Amino acid sequence: MNLDFNEDQEILRSSAKNFLEKECPKDLVREIEESKEGYSPEIWNKMIELGWTGIAFPEDYGGYGGDFMNLIVLMEEMGRNIIPSPFFSTVVLSGLTILEGGTEEQKKEYLEKIAVGEIIMSLALYEPNGSYNASGITVSATPKDDGYVINGTKMFVNDANIADYLLVVARTEDSDNPEEGVTIFLVEAKASGITCNKVPTMGLDNSCEVIFDNVSIPKANILGEAGKAWEVIQKSSEKAIMAKCAEMVGGAQASLDMTNAYAKERVQYKQPIGKFQVIQHYLADMMIKVGTSRNILYEVSWMVGQNIPCAMKVSAAKSWINEAYKFITERGVQIHGGIGTTRECDIGLYYRRAKTAELILGDTGHHLENIAQEIGL
Amino acid sequence: MDFSFTPEQEKLKKEFEEFFITEMKKAPPTYETGGLEAMFGSDVGWEFHLYMARELGKKGWLAMAWPEKYGGKDASVIDQVIFSEVRGYYGGPGVDIFGIGIVAPTLLVAASEKQREKFLPPIAKGELMYCQGWSEPNAGSDLASLSTTAVKDEDDYIINGQKIWTSGAHRADWMFILVRTNLEEKRSKGLTYLLLDMKAPGITVRPIEAMDGLHMFNEVFFDDVRVPIANRIGEENKGWEVTRQSMNFERSSIGIFSENQKTIEDLVRFVKETKRDGKPLAENQVIRNKLAELAAETEVGRAMAYNIAWMQEKGGLFLAASAASAAKVFGTELAQRLVYVGADILGQYSQVKESKWAPFHGKFETNYQNCMGLNIAGGTSEIQRNLVAWIGLGLPR
Ligand SMILES: Cc1cc2nc3c(=O)[nH]c(=O)nc-3n(C[C@H](O)[C@H](O)[C@H](O)COP(=O)(O)OP(=O)(O)OC[C@H]3O[C@@H](n4cnc5c(N)ncnc54)[C@H](O)[C@@H]3O)c2cc1C
Repeated sequence: MNLDFNEDQEILRSSAKNFLEKECPKDLVREIEESKEGYSPEIWNKMIELGWTGIAFPEDYGGYGGDFMNLIVLMEEMGRNIIPSPFFSTVVLSGLTILEGGTEEQKKEYLEKIAVGEIIMSLALYEPNGSYNASGITVSATPKDDGYVINGTKMFVNDANIADYLLVVARTEDSDNPEEGVTIFLVEAKASGITCNKVPTMGLDNSCEVIFDNVSIPKANILGEAGKAWEVIQKSSEKAIMAKCAEMVGGAQASLDMTNAYAKERVQYKQPIGKFQVIQHYLADMMIKVGTSRNILYEVSWMVGQNIPCAMKVSAAKSWINEAYKFITERGVQIHGGIGTTRECDIGLYYRRAKTAELILGDTGHHLENIAQEIGL
Repeated sequence: MDFSFTPEQEKLKKEFEEFFITEMKKAPPTYETGGLEAMFGSDVGWEFHLYMARELGKKGWLAMAWPEKYGGKDASVIDQVIFSEVRGYYGGPGVDIFGIGIVAPTLLVAASEKQREKFLPPIAKGELMYCQGWSEPNAGSDLASLSTTAVKDEDDYIINGQKIWTSGAHRADWMFILVRTNLEEKRSKGLTYLLLDMKAPGITVRPIEAMDGLHMFNEVFFDDVRVPIANRIGEENKGWEVTRQSMNFERSSIGIFSENQKTIEDLVRFVKETKRDGKPLAENQVIRNKLAELAAETEVGRAMAYNIAWMQEKGGLFLAASAASAAKVFGTELAQRLVYVGADILGQYSQVKESKWAPFHGKFETNYQNCMGLNIAGGTSEIQRNLVAWIGLGLPR
């Protein structure tokens, strides 16, 4: 056993930390959040220059080949220092799905484009019915001529408004088992028949509604094999979930750190509020939650990276970290008092993001149900 | 023992209900989200609040508990609680939580006859709105350490300093303020209670954006602001005692519980109408338990509120101070849990702001962000628990 990161990973962590602190101060985050594009092309280009967009892919596909833990390190830093960018949509959600389910040709073409920063992509998975399960996939792709015609609405698609391509998860066949007959299509985001509307959300994270009205797609744009996509989604989701968890743990640590610092500096009744025992206990609980979150994050991420089956542990990690991050930011606001409830105070940014992050790739209720099934209930 | 209302109270309750059912049909959509944000956050919201205030003033329901001499009805605390319960359920504005809630009760115990005659009628008629100038950047929980000063000059006090978190200062006509008049005294002994006109020269109101971006509270700066000595309530340097006497307003927190009840009813309707994965959410055992638990807690809260009202009715608030703190903590933290459970139920839709996609006009999205404020405003949950421990249990400070 060796529970340490290697030297390269430590270097990656500190350089990412320095870059993000310098390039993306919180006032800028709030400014970017409010903008129409919801990201800063300038910072995105710098991230590409740093090679971050290639971090998750093997060298054969234009990436840097490093192990999965590199992505975890990077995501953790991007959570600590929030940066509104299409990284998660493009590299994690779309890139890892293509890596999992794409044909050799598709991997070569699209992963390389992602790695060099040529394209922004997003995964159009969920729908207005709000389900996280296969039964929620109702957008239809009907065979016509030499291709398919897509109809229906996708919801909460992050960064669709700035994407070049979408991976659209659609139903090509009705079947008693909803996990069968699901297919992923590579679709140009600006193709005719597609309407994209930005949905205003608490996380201000470029969440979009994407409507497909008779969108024609050639057969060649099927990612991998038709009808077998749900397995692909489940597999690549495990990685994406752990990457999201890493971001959340980074955010939780930042929330603890800023609250701890505030408790030491804010004076009421002639003493730092951190001297009141109730505040100490809140902070102690917050620290326990961050620590345990990080422990399970690393273990399960390592397993996922090694392709060791661990569906139950993935759900354990996401459900635990969902609740931990919400708890830590909620107590963080409370300890900050009045200032904590304002838009200008950073803890509120993390409080909002904690809720949004919970909703990505399965909320706590969803993952607890997964666990229940995995443990034999 | 008898937990029932009198026939008169039953009749009154019906009247309140009919009033709010009719009037709330005219409410702008901002009232779907409830809270102070609905009132202070938009012009239409504020206009509706003013309209309702005047309507309630005409009915005499704002000043219900005041002595008849000042235009009131000498109503019992229980009558008031019935009113607040109904109003909370329908989410009706119109009651200035500061003017009606705090200033008037203060004037009734601590002001001169002349001051009462001058300041009470416009409050009773719903014509004048107040804001609360207490907190400062360095004096929050430790309010007694505040440092905004007032220095006497002929017939006036001259105020310099800064207040913060002043809810609705950008809308209010007047402010009640605590200022330091004895500079030697660092704590509660040197404070004075004044009423001032927000249009006085030297006042600057600067907005503070709440977490969700709404304009609810403000910073207020005082640069040589003159306030007539005649506007001082109680004696100079006795402001702290004045605020403590005025704690004798209705503090049952009943409105939180009836508002909760309405929200639970709305959520029940939502889970019956909404299918996820082929089944109505109402069949989900976890959701059923969570809503049932909240409904139980809301009943507990209501019983608690009426008990406090009864204590107040009998003996004034000093008897019930720790119970009022307990109800505040219990109520606001319950309201927060309800928002969180509502958000869980709405799932991905809980994050959607007011828009065509948002259930309940985005109520859960805004409330997710401002429910924390309830645990902080008006004395934080930690301070309330300290009071319960000290006053209620006699634990050492
Ligand atoms: C939505 C909202 C509306 C408001 N409206 C108004 C208004 O209209 N007018 C007005 O004057 N003020 C208003 N306030 C201010 C409010 O009264 C203060 O925020 C509150 O008293 C806390 O003060 P603070 O923010 O300075 O926090 P602090 O006092 O700095 O508290 C920070 C943390 O330390 C804790 N703490 C402090 N002292 C102790 C202690 N002795 N023991 C244990 N824990 C302690 C607190 O509980 C809190 O968790 C409003 C606040 C909010 C959030």
